[in-house]
Amino acid sequence: MARNSPVLRRRRPEGIDGFDPSQSDHSQQAHVLAVDDSLVDRKVIERLLKRSCCKVTAVDSGRKALQFLGLDEEKRSGVDDLKIDLIITDYCMPGMTGYELMKKIKESSALREIPVVIMSSENVLARIDRCLEEGADDFIVKPVKLSDVKRLTDCMIRENRSNNKAGQFYDRAM
Amino acid sequence: MTETKGCKGYLDEQFVQLEELQDDTNPNFVEEVATLFYRDSARLLAVIEQTMVRNPQDFTKLDNYMHQFKGSCSSIGAKKVKAECTQFREYCKAGSSDGCMRTFQQLKREYSTLKKQLEAYFQLARQVGPRESATRPR
Repeated sequence: MARNSPVLRRRRPEGIDGFDPSQSDHSQQAHVLAVDDSLVDRKVIERLLKRSCCKVTAVDSGRKALQFLGLDEEKRSGVDDLKIDLIITDYCMPGMTGYELMKKIKESSALREIPVVIMSSENVLARIDRCLEEGADDFIVKPVKLSDVKRLTDCMIRENRSNNKAGQFYDRAM
Repeated sequence: MTETKGCKGYLDEQFVQLEELQDDTNPNFVEEVATLFYRDSARLLAVIEQTMVRNPQDFTKLDNYMHQFKGSCSSIGAKKVKAECTQFREYCKAGSSDGCMRTFQQLKREYSTLKKQLEAYFQLARQVGPRESATRPR
């Protein structure tokens, strides 16, 4: 079974940030927003991320994710200095899909620089392509493993989001 | 890790992955996930069963529910139960209520068997202590 089509589009910085994921200093920890309607999957992804030294906020819907990010017009979370380093979302969710959530994030000038990773239990190439074309930074086929998360956090901690957009490249391997 | 791990195919690599996430700060992680799985999925299975009774031809709905359930099975490494989910979804595609019903009965049996095995496994794991690995459910 071709489980994981590895190495999808990824941004790489020019310079390497001196971020050390092993630091327990909370201000240095990457903060990841995980979005999944499945209780079991939320528990697993949370553990995977914490094990990779990330701070995690897990929500069960795209709507709640937008509220948390301050994008929901009806309900603002009121956290102005929210710093999210990565958003990882399930694709298939009732209401708003992960794809729709990702599009809303990428449409927002405030949030579009945050890397968005989509997870799906279905390894459908057309779906993967569509997500990447619309701005997803990576795509993981479920079940998610520690190696998947480590790969993401390795890229993320080196990300120099404020400056270096040069150095982006596409690297797709079947 | 013992060779008996999943030797009869009840559990797959994902279960091993969950065990690897267990450590001193989270010594009961796998049991917590398994408990959550059984609690959460009981509800979903009841809904599926109800739908098969009331709307046995509503294959779209049945398939959607089963997709959700299959996802959870996948996340804990419940290999045999997951295989039944796949079979069930095939019958949904084929529009076969009989096939769905038969498969669902088998699915419930596998689900139940796995639960007992996991309970025994966790009990043993607690007895031998966190650093030893108990014999994986056969």
